[in-house]
Amino acid sequence: MTTMSARERMLGRLRAAVPTSGTSLTPDTLKLDQRIDSHFDARRGEPPSVSEMVASMQAALTASHAEVVCADAASWPAWVARRLQEEGMRRLLLDRNRPEGAALARALPPGIDTAGFDRPLETWKAELFDTVDAGFTVARSGLAATGTLVLAPDPGSPRTMSLVPPTHIALVYASTLHPDLHAAVRAERWTDGMPTNLVMVSGPSKTSDIQQTLAYGAHGPRRLWVVIVTDGGTAQ
Amino acid sequence: MNQQPLHFVPTEDFRTRARAALDDPKLRRSFRGAMDFLQQKRAVQFPDGDELEHLRDLGEAIRQHALANLPDLLVELEGNLTAAGVRVHWAETADEANAIILRIAQDHSARRVIKGKSMASEEMELNHYLAERGIDCIESDMGEYIVQLAGEKPSHIVMPAIHKTKADIATLFEQHIPNTPYTEDVDALIQTGRRALRQEFVEADIGLSGVNFAAADTGTLWLVENEGNGRLSTTVPDVHIAIMGMEKVVAKLSHIVPLSSLLTRSATGQAITTYFNLISGPRKRDELDGPREVHLVLLDNGRSQAYADEQLRATLQCIRCGACMNHCPVYTRIGGHAYGTTYPGPIGKIISPHLLGLDATADLPTASSLCGACGEVCPVRIPIPQLLVRLRTEANRNPDEAVPHPLKGQGTKFSRREHLVWRFWSGAFAHPATYRLFRWAATRLRALTPSRQMGWTQHRQPLTPAPRSLSDLLDARNQPE
Repeated sequence: MTTMSARERMLGRLRAAVPTSGTSLTPDTLKLDQRIDSHFDARRGEPPSVSEMVASMQAALTASHAEVVCADAASWPAWVARRLQEEGMRRLLLDRNRPEGAALARALPPGIDTAGFDRPLETWKAELFDTVDAGFTVARSGLAATGTLVLAPDPGSPRTMSLVPPTHIALVYASTLHPDLHAAVRAERWTDGMPTNLVMVSGPSKTSDIQQTLAYGAHGPRRLWVVIVTDGGTAQ
Repeated sequence: MNQQPLHFVPTEDFRTRARAALDDPKLRRSFRGAMDFLQQKRAVQFPDGDELEHLRDLGEAIRQHALANLPDLLVELEGNLTAAGVRVHWAETADEANAIILRIAQDHSARRVIKGKSMASEEMELNHYLAERGIDCIESDMGEYIVQLAGEKPSHIVMPAIHKTKADIATLFEQHIPNTPYTEDVDALIQTGRRALRQEFVEADIGLSGVNFAAADTGTLWLVENEGNGRLSTTVPDVHIAIMGMEKVVAKLSHIVPLSSLLTRSATGQAITTYFNLISGPRKRDELDGPREVHLVLLDNGRSQAYADEQLRATLQCIRCGACMNHCPVYTRIGGHAYGTTYPGPIGKIISPHLLGLDATADLPTASSLCGACGEVCPVRIPIPQLLVRLRTEANRNPDEAVPHPLKGQGTKFSRREHLVWRFWSGAFAHPATYRLFRWAATRLRALTPSRQMGWTQHRQPLTPAPRSLSDLLDARNQPE
């Protein structure tokens, strides 16, 4: 009851200060939307080609300390398998029900186990934190200008899959790249509705909290490997 | 862990603390170095002045639009979040917000809370409040963790441990974290922090976070970070509580796009941070992780006082980037702790009087040379210098004077003598006859000018009227021989 009245008192004070229309979608809102669009559209100029976006994505991610490879749909699983072997990783979390997860699982040499995220987190929290070396997820899309992966976790690839293992391997299709965040929000119609969680990732976890010195692997993945698949497929 | 609370009484001792900071060469080196670094990083992000100014216009327009519709947007945000299964709470004061969080913790018999970064929770002194009631709050942002281990408070809103050197942190970790040898290697220190906190994420009953932006139209909480502790705090525990100053909502998700660019570029000089974490609801039935319960606490705590006044409302445009402090000559010299408030620097000087009252913060608006650097870098164009002048006026206003929106602590610096001096002054200048009389008296009686003139004569020669006034001199010159 007390919180109800707190609500009324807070809203009452605000309404006393500013007479409001009862709806936030005023003509001012439309004007503002247009100003935002024209700001970004004017500075973007001609829409970049896919190969320009791939180059930009790769450059920005590399600058953020991620390891990036561009490969075709047939060859990327072998690259990931080799890197996993080189780093001595033994347990990889992936979604076998996705074609990409299945393809990677097939390419792995003996000695690297795969696991699916098929139980609720709380039943194996400690195991996830302690025994999994890497998580593999497919990004919904990417933002070329900032080298950003857009991840929309789903039942096969839950939120912690790209977060808890010390290495995160992400696959993004070149065909899903957007020039920047503004373009992605518009093209994918984010304002029509959002998933429970959507994450944008622009590199491995990092911090400068100790004397402005950059260090990687603060709490999230220490390493981020990104595969940009340049032909075929879409993440949708 | 050091659980000693640090209670600051801002006004008391502001001058003493500022003096002590000025006399501490190590502290001054830390801040000078850090501020130069952050200024330079920001400058690199805005090579195109035209783009910057245009984006600042947009940022200002978006925040003003949000504030103009604030009550409707809060109701819309609440409606959309509630429909998605998030529980929304309203708290008028810090105490109410603390009580709400305690009740949630008790409902879950929670003993341990892991925290992402939240300045609102600092405002509420939540850690201390919960600790007194047997619930441990562990800070997981590296800077906040360091500050918590040291039993201190953040000295900067974006980089909490900016006042500490590698050596300070090495000693702190050696003393407080078992089996940690002394090392000044930053990678090793961060890995120590990571190891120490990892188990806390697994064991915590509740994750607590702040909110950078909220979108009313989609019911989305937008969290900005680099470390991943924010994602872990909002994902791994079964309950997530977000705390948000009620001014942080905007109308549409798409409005956050320019704001997030302004925030990361102004704050740490990054085109984008490592993680943008967008939360629009608790775990759904078919999902295998994420919190089963998500709570949002909307905090007023004095913000509606700023909102009530058309000029002071601009204070609430703030997106908490910290650029004003990074560019402030006063902050750079005295650091964050001297202010004695949760929010230091220029933004602290204009927001704290609303949170704590002018009587508790009267020295803060005057601790400025009004150089204007804060206003110039503010990504949402808050006229900070003008607001500082306004707060000075309010602090000196007669406490009995009736004004439409009296501020808490109005007139705390009011002095009847000073008031009379100004009345005399304005009276003397209002009519030619009294002005001439005053001029005549001042020049003839100049020998009576006191030699000690309060603050002025601390470092300067006393002011004495000239023997003859300018207009007398001009009259004499124009007099035909």
